[in-house]
Amino acid sequence: MDILPILSTLRRHKLTAGLLVMQIALTCAIVCNAVFLIGQRLQRMDLPSGVAEHELLQIQVADVVKSGNPYARVQEDLALLRQVPGVQSVAFSNQVPFGGSSSNGNVLLDPNQPQRTLNATTYFGQNLVPTMGVQMVAGRDLQDDDFVDVDTALKGLKTGDTKSLPHVTLITRDMAERLWPGQNPLGRLIYLTPTVGLRVVGVMASLVRPNAYDANTAQYTMVIPLRMGADRGMSYVIRARPQDRASVLAAALAALRKADPQRIVTTQRSFDEVRRHFFRDDRAMAGILVGVIAALLVVTALGIVGLASFWVAQRRRTIGVRRALGATRSDVLHYFQTENFLLATIGIGLGMVLAYGINLFLMQHYELPRLPAIYFPVGAVALWLIGQVAVLGPALRAAAVPPVVATRAG
Amino acid sequence: MRGTGQPVMIGYYLDLAMRSLKRNKVLTVLMVLAIAVGIGTSMTTLTVMHVLSGDPIPQKSADLFRVGLNVFPDDNFRPGEEVPDNLTRRDAEALLRDARADRQAMMSAGTMVVTPAQGDPLSLESRYTTADFFTMFAVPFRFGRAWDRGDDGSHARVAVISAALNDQLFGGRDSTGSMLQVGSQSLRIVGVLGDWSMNPRFYDLSNGRFGDSEQVFVPLATALDLHLATSGTMNCWGNNSDEHAADAPCLWLQYWAELDAPSTRVAYRQYLHNYMAQQQQAGRFTHPGQIRLLDVMQWLDAKGVVPSDVRLQVWLALGFLGICLLNTVGLLLAKFLRRSGEISVRRALGASRRAIFMQCLVEAGVVGLAGGVCGLALAGLGLVLVRHQPTDYAGLIRMDPSMLLATFVLALLSSLLAGLLPAWRAMHVAPAVALKSN
Repeated sequence: MDILPILSTLRRHKLTAGLLVMQIALTCAIVCNAVFLIGQRLQRMDLPSGVAEHELLQIQVADVVKSGNPYARVQEDLALLRQVPGVQSVAFSNQVPFGGSSSNGNVLLDPNQPQRTLNATTYFGQNLVPTMGVQMVAGRDLQDDDFVDVDTALKGLKTGDTKSLPHVTLITRDMAERLWPGQNPLGRLIYLTPTVGLRVVGVMASLVRPNAYDANTAQYTMVIPLRMGADRGMSYVIRARPQDRASVLAAALAALRKADPQRIVTTQRSFDEVRRHFFRDDRAMAGILVGVIAALLVVTALGIVGLASFWVAQRRRTIGVRRALGATRSDVLHYFQTENFLLATIGIGLGMVLAYGINLFLMQHYELPRLPAIYFPVGAVALWLIGQVAVLGPALRAAAVPPVVATRAG
Repeated sequence: MRGTGQPVMIGYYLDLAMRSLKRNKVLTVLMVLAIAVGIGTSMTTLTVMHVLSGDPIPQKSADLFRVGLNVFPDDNFRPGEEVPDNLTRRDAEALLRDARADRQAMMSAGTMVVTPAQGDPLSLESRYTTADFFTMFAVPFRFGRAWDRGDDGSHARVAVISAALNDQLFGGRDSTGSMLQVGSQSLRIVGVLGDWSMNPRFYDLSNGRFGDSEQVFVPLATALDLHLATSGTMNCWGNNSDEHAADAPCLWLQYWAELDAPSTRVAYRQYLHNYMAQQQQAGRFTHPGQIRLLDVMQWLDAKGVVPSDVRLQVWLALGFLGICLLNTVGLLLAKFLRRSGEISVRRALGASRRAIFMQCLVEAGVVGLAGGVCGLALAGLGLVLVRHQPTDYAGLIRMDPSMLLATFVLALLSSLLAGLLPAWRAMHVAPAVALKSN
């Protein structure tokens, strides 16, 4: 197809052609960035938790009247829950992955350093690793004789009696790699305050923070052997086969209520719900972006249809003359297709520059990473396709113009 | 043509516009749709933005100040880091005792379990605060009154409950004087709130930024006596066993001061500086000990209360509107230039360029109005979708009269803007040439 005659025609329609090019450019820029944003959200929603999510349940209860011995209360509840048919394992935890609210601590490598090395979340509670299905990659899990009652530990903290504090901890592989790159973390010490040192006895493959808003620090997690009482809004975590979870949850709630009708359940949910709830904003945003991209492409396609139809109608006589002079139907069809391809290409070129600019703006204001180069060809192909589909109707109409039109007065 | 003639001409242009729009229905529908979609998405996101960034307490927002003091000991102090939002109990109680503002209140959020006379125990959101809270934040009362400063001092076993809780527990009757069973203790109800919800809940953004007001209000001293559970940010340093203790090194209390006159604001700022200087002399820290005093809108701005996703959506929608307008410009241009023949006839018959320009703009305006009406319907649909999203602000989003008006202004303005270039081109169609070429 000869491009020169197309270019000379377009030069006579600079304004309309320019408008179409600008529309394609803006669409390309926004679509590239929107697709990138969707990718970011989906990636976030895929953040691994390190636990057997499809097999877990969370139950949180609150006491109306404080019970006599909160520690004994937890042991009774745990024993009760283990009896529930279908329950494979039960744990008691201060927080759950993707649960939102979390307990965090500063970690020091040297008790005298002025600034923290990193901030990590701290899980407390018994039987966490086997119940949640956390994988150990080195060392051992916490044992019964590692555990200290929270109140004993707090008292020890106040009096400076370090013997009554916990002495060991589990950390994740990511955290170990951040603290001691390439070295064996087992047996090393970390400090939560200058007087509280913990020896690393086990390394977990992964266990995500309850408030995992930043993927880079999402895996900075410790599990500390502290035994807690029933008075601080803790969670029972129950493991059961995925298909048993609904019945296990109902039976577990009934058992807890039977043991003490005077307490209320504040949270009862599966871990699938925990994850869904945590990422609800991301899912909503991804949905909105998909809607916007679809609407944008439709509007742009309709714009191309409108303008192409106008051009075809305007050039009916010229088309007739060309047909009379020997141009075939497919020559005419190709003419309009090539014209659209040219306009789309210019628009896409401009759109890339614009997309890059928008990305720079987003990087500055929304802490987004740089737009990967792969999005540029994807955006280009999408707009070329849209353009060709949109122009097909008007181009076919142009090809159907009979040569006899040339002989009629316009 | 001038003076009394103008309205007649506008009527004639309207007639012309309607004929022209009817002549090419597909193109007209395309243009109206493009504007409608652009307006619909823009107004949906702008309405969300408008609701979320609104002033929750317009009559007093300039008089209410959130107080922040940087009392970190030197080893927890990082130069250049922001002044923390919350105060320690020690500092909050000291400021409250001095009472240098017109009104002041310290507070914390919490949850408490209430056992009603009949039925299961309820877990309720609560606020533990001091007497001035209700006057400061213009809280309306349906029955009874707030507790007073004397009750704060005597750790009185009293409570104020929300209208919703009063409906639930007492069937909406005047419940003042009734008792509220909290664990083994009971609190006497002294007041029932009227309809009151602050959105955003500016006085404490750490426990859900949007939503209904708390259901139970209890004097802070009473709540501490009863060991009621607090919630919100608790930031401690050093070794401590009870984070709620009077001298605990923990930041957890929100502190607000009402300063009604500019002179009291200056004096209060000076008072805070003096207070910090005293603390420094007492040996708590050696750094300068900054203070922070922000009024309601500054505070909301500093805390970035409009979610960044919402801002992003506004940008996206405006970009989208831009594309829809470009689309409309192109289509209007095509439409007007296709009518070059008709225009040149009108020009030859004596119509001025101005008249042609006006005629084209009227046509664009008609398209814009139609787009605005459809866009309003689409925005309504969009807002229904927003309300069904699982965000904490979803329930608040409504279109108010000002946004309704803004929709039409935006639609009309943008279509006139879109019509400007095509109309300009159309009015330059020469009378004779266009006739000849046809």
